[in-house]
Amino acid sequence: MIRHLLSAADLDHTEALRVLDTAAELLALADRPIKKLPTLRGRTVVNLFFEDSTRTRISFEAAAKRLSADVITFSAKGSSVSKGESLKDTALTLQALGADAVIVRHQSSGAPHRLAASGWVDGSVVNAGDGTHEHPTQALLDAFTLRRHLAGGVGDLDGRRITIVGDVLHSRVARSNALLLATLGAEVTLVAPPTLLPVGIDSWPVSTSYDLDGALAKSDAVMMLRVQRERGAAGGFFPSAREYSRRYGIDSRRMALLPDHAIVMHPGPMNRGVEITAEVADHERSVIVEQVSNGVAVRMAVLYLLLSGSAGEQDA
Amino acid sequence: MNHPLLLKGVRPLGGQPTDLLLRDGVIAATGAAAVAEAPAGTSELDVAGLIALPGLVDLHTHLREPGREDAETVASGTKAAAMGGFTAVHAMANTDPVADTAGVVEQVWRLGREAGWCDVHPVGAVTVGIAGQRLAELGAMADSAAHVRIFSDDGHCVSDAVVMRRALEYVKAFDGVIAQHAQEPRLTEGAQMNEGQLSGRLGLAGWPAVAEEAIVARDVLLAAHVGSRLHVCHVSTAGSVEIIRWAKTKGWDVTAEVTPHHLLLTDELAASYDPLFKVNPPLRSAEDVQALREGLADGAVDAVATDHAPHPVEDKECEWSAAAMGMLGLETALSVVQEAMIDTGLLDWAGVADRMSTRPAAIGRLRGQGRPLSAGEPANLVLVDADARRTVRPLGLASLSRNTPFADRELPGRVVATFLRGRPTVLDGQAVEPGTARPAPVGSLR
Repeated sequence: MIRHLLSAADLDHTEALRVLDTAAELLALADRPIKKLPTLRGRTVVNLFFEDSTRTRISFEAAAKRLSADVITFSAKGSSVSKGESLKDTALTLQALGADAVIVRHQSSGAPHRLAASGWVDGSVVNAGDGTHEHPTQALLDAFTLRRHLAGGVGDLDGRRITIVGDVLHSRVARSNALLLATLGAEVTLVAPPTLLPVGIDSWPVSTSYDLDGALAKSDAVMMLRVQRERGAAGGFFPSAREYSRRYGIDSRRMALLPDHAIVMHPGPMNRGVEITAEVADHERSVIVEQVSNGVAVRMAVLYLLLSGSAGEQDA
Repeated sequence: MNHPLLLKGVRPLGGQPTDLLLRDGVIAATGAAAVAEAPAGTSELDVAGLIALPGLVDLHTHLREPGREDAETVASGTKAAAMGGFTAVHAMANTDPVADTAGVVEQVWRLGREAGWCDVHPVGAVTVGIAGQRLAELGAMADSAAHVRIFSDDGHCVSDAVVMRRALEYVKAFDGVIAQHAQEPRLTEGAQMNEGQLSGRLGLAGWPAVAEEAIVARDVLLAAHVGSRLHVCHVSTAGSVEIIRWAKTKGWDVTAEVTPHHLLLTDELAASYDPLFKVNPPLRSAEDVQALREGLADGAVDAVATDHAPHPVEDKECEWSAAAMGMLGLETALSVVQEAMIDTGLLDWAGVADRMSTRPAAIGRLRGQGRPLSAGEPANLVLVDADARRTVRPLGLASLSRNTPFADRELPGRVVATFLRGRPTVLDGQAVEPGTARPAPVGSLR
């Protein structure tokens, strides 16, 4: 197993499947009355969150605790980071606490790479979302959810058609999903207004379209990305939230264009009424809440594989 | 007074070996005459095989003083310049306070004279506080003891077309030149790296080539319209080279410089997220690098200029988006040009002398620099061991800062000696403190 998880591209087909299979086993255990496993007893996992994030932080916390790790959560707000302490000094502080894994969320693309490459920390670094770069555990939980619904919960996503819609330019979820889903054999289509597709996207392992209606009929799943209202009027990426909704939001009419077996996903938090209507968000084929619960299992699997692997080396 | 010095077996511009006699600050004689005219007591240095070039002239140096003496001072930066073979540098105006008055440019000029490592020619700001709004007192700076001829808001683009037009017109009165940092500000808000395939993958805000090219195109047209002199700082894209080449075919008075790092490094280095590779303008694609080399070779690009930009460790030892932009350049420039231009056969040593000394001196209107290596000329020269190879060690640099993108990289060539008006500032690769009593150099530097 790899030492750090910085990008979805760090996982090859075999390793990605190992994470998903491990997550499936761990999810089965979650139904037991006692959810905790002793696997990471005595290991320290630090949640280092330089950017507000309730759901990802809680998900990682729950994952680490269910594996019996000691969890330290370090949020930028109210910490020395807000007093101007550098990434390096924060990292050295955590190193002094003896972190076996550092889960980092940062507003700056590449900050987890800096932590992993700098030698400031010895432990494994897990990227929990960096700027507009990547969010690999989100992609893993999305792949896990897709596999349960579209592939019977086993194997890869060979030939499954996944459409990802919205602000690809600023979305770390889209980047990680494009890489991981392609690794798993899925056919990924990114749909967005041209202003929200990055330059150079023709080099990604995906196809692109500006036409959501046309893409939906050929989709086994559609993943709606959060679109910040500020990207509109003030940001100039699209004329207004209303026009965005009309052209790139999903509502009941568009839902009807999907094949009957297709599911609707969203990484959250949703802007109901912008990229997704309430009817679709709460639809029986919407798996948005399930994504959250799968997130804990997938993050348990990541921590288990990163940390138990390194423990094995130490024992040897 | 320096002892007369006879350089034996040196190869001017990489040509046939000869002897040079340095006396009273000038090249007193060359060839057989150098030996014949050497007075009693002349020191002799065996420098057989070393290449002599006119002392290098940098059009673009950030010495950081006044204001950021933690990153560089005039003394440390000019020492680094001497180590790199430079005998003159142009000190950029974006200091604190900004060099936008006669007082500040005279201060920098005086600090350069006191340090004694090389000539320091301050660049004056185009606008007050490099804010892009109101012309600074360009005439006062031109008339000052610093004799400013190059004006630049470098670090910022003179983006307002009217301000740029007026600046170009105004400097005609004293043969000045506007050195433009070509960067359309709205197209580069928050920009972090070259916009292309990699910026999309890395999630770093893109810095499109068109943001540079749009300004270059506008400015060559403005310079033509008002009949003035434009110099384009650190061109970084193939498109900019094309526009400048075209402007020259029209006979317009447009010159341009390229940095050593843009001749060798590409945006792929940003994939490390190591801010050592974060610079303005950003590292570009391999195609851009090739176009810049070809432009420098055919003369579309006139000069190599370092854009030496020292930053303290803490400003680079952080996440990419928080890091300062810029790289050291003075002490590696000649080696980088050797690798990019000589080793590729694009330029010979005479060509390097032209692009790193003659033409930059002409752009800056410097009289005693960039001269031929012939009798009667000022003894500003650098001796290079082109066959040497060296590994760049940040801790071994004379600069106060360490932010070289060439750390631990092996580069060809080594500056063996630098002479400023006959006085060695570097000998045997070691800095010679100005003003210190020292024995006359004798022996061999081979």
